[in-house]
Amino acid sequence: MSTLSVRTTAEPAPRFTDLLAAEWIKLRSLRSTYWVLALASLVAIGVNLNAVHADLTYIDHPPHRMPGMPPYRYDAMWHSLGSISCDLMAIAAGSLGAITVFGEYTTGLIRTTFAAVPDRRGVIGAKVLLIGGITTLAGVVVSTVSFFSCNAMLASRHVGLSITNPVSQRAVLGYALIVPVCALVGMALGALLRHATASIVSLVVLMFIAPLMFGGDRYRWLHEIGSHLPLAPVDRLTYNPDSNTTLSEWAPSVLDSWITMGVWAAVSVAATVLVVRRRDA
Amino acid sequence: MIEIERLTKRYGATTAVDRLSFTVRPGAVTGFLGPNGAGKSTTLRMILGLDSPTAGRATVDGVPFAGRPRGLRHVGALLDAGDVHGGRSARAHLAALARSNRIPLGRVDEVLAEVGLGKAAGRRIGGYSLGMKQRLGIAGALLGDPPVLLFDEPLNGLDPEGVLWVRGLFRRLADEGRTVFVSSHMMAEMEHTADRLVVIGRGRLIADESLAEFSARNAETSVAVRTPELAALAGVLRGEGAEVDVTDEQFGIVTGLPADRIGELALRHGLVLHELATRTSSLEAAFMSLTADSVEYLAGDAR
Repeated sequence: MSTLSVRTTAEPAPRFTDLLAAEWIKLRSLRSTYWVLALASLVAIGVNLNAVHADLTYIDHPPHRMPGMPPYRYDAMWHSLGSISCDLMAIAAGSLGAITVFGEYTTGLIRTTFAAVPDRRGVIGAKVLLIGGITTLAGVVVSTVSFFSCNAMLASRHVGLSITNPVSQRAVLGYALIVPVCALVGMALGALLRHATASIVSLVVLMFIAPLMFGGDRYRWLHEIGSHLPLAPVDRLTYNPDSNTTLSEWAPSVLDSWITMGVWAAVSVAATVLVVRRRDA
Repeated sequence: MIEIERLTKRYGATTAVDRLSFTVRPGAVTGFLGPNGAGKSTTLRMILGLDSPTAGRATVDGVPFAGRPRGLRHVGALLDAGDVHGGRSARAHLAALARSNRIPLGRVDEVLAEVGLGKAAGRRIGGYSLGMKQRLGIAGALLGDPPVLLFDEPLNGLDPEGVLWVRGLFRRLADEGRTVFVSSHMMAEMEHTADRLVVIGRGRLIADESLAEFSARNAETSVAVRTPELAALAGVLRGEGAEVDVTDEQFGIVTGLPADRIGELALRHGLVLHELATRTSSLEAAFMSLTADSVEYLAGDAR
């Protein structure tokens, strides 16, 4: 038996950027995950452009004015920042967020990761920042490209909106930021459930099924729950007051909607960090 | 050096690890033995801070591993060769690990070459055989050139050449003064690999000693005798303090006296011997009877 002892090789100071770079390598080396987001972004922009392009004919030949109804007004906000694209980006970002977390747990990779980096908060912090960052980028690209291209098309019909309008700015920002919020919610569900199917199903329920259950005009409390679900703020933030659409009497304020988004993001991050740190890997 | 003090892990009513205490020292390969479900993997996960103990503590070089910001330069571990994402290449998998610990990326190709995966480095891990995954896991453990290495069942799935290579590697790592802790449920694997043994059963410590001490204490020697005059011989041998287990009219197993003494006694009393053979039970058998005892003892104890 040897009595010689091995010293730990000189260890450089730990840096958060190393963890961020490691997460970037992980994300980049799994093509399927980031393709989901890239493809969804392209399709989302395409859907918005196509919708507005198809509308040009209707704008040129407006329907006859019904007696007693206000004159027809084209809502450029509603059509250029469409809800189909928003839902598509929401499910893509939510899935990406969930996959990056449950993917590590279901494969067992998380144990290899935490054996290499016992600082769990650092690891999950890097994941949150990276996924939050790239989904924000995707949201901003989809939102701005949709807004500018659609309204450029509409400009020739003099119904386009300008970005200098504060309502437009709010709408473009809200439409972009809902994407990272969904990604963070997805990460939290992935961390809580650690199961592929369960995470995705609960994501779909939270984003698309729950709004159907918490609506209607009969009970205010039901309605209030509905307007504080993760995707609800987008409707309010992209609402164009200068349109024929009227808001429900219980509609949340703009500030309320921003807070709702912020709270979902903050609670999701807190829940993710908490369960990942507390539970056995 | 790995120090375990009264380490305990309970899952509800089940106690996976029960007040376990032992020390794994540098400069030797220490085998960690126990039957399936003995609590080996749970213990290793607690050493790495992946699972938190219900009670007690585990430290590596005096510090709980979970308290370190980065781990690869302190402990290299292969827990389960399957703890990887099958969609990544071996190189990408190791690159992410290396980067997180600020280890130069050149080290990745170095360890891949060392474990013999140089040519397969760019392939998806999902397509690897179990043996290749074990090699990848070993490569990951070596990345940070750590003074302490943990391996959970590293020989599973390796071909004979791979087994020889791994044994050589463990020996070299120990000779370099590192702490090498290797779990297995097969005594036969450890017989040719380990210098020291930590044996557990049902989460409790059964033995913690050198391989030589373990075999001296546990590998029992007995002598088989065949004689038409067994009853008479048995009387003589018992008179000398031996135990005779009479199997049939002419055949018995004697413990407590060596074969040469039995031969002399037979001659002195004029008894005919047809067969006289020394038997040494294998370490595997010793290990099995030891752990079987612990199971019985615990089953009665728990009630």
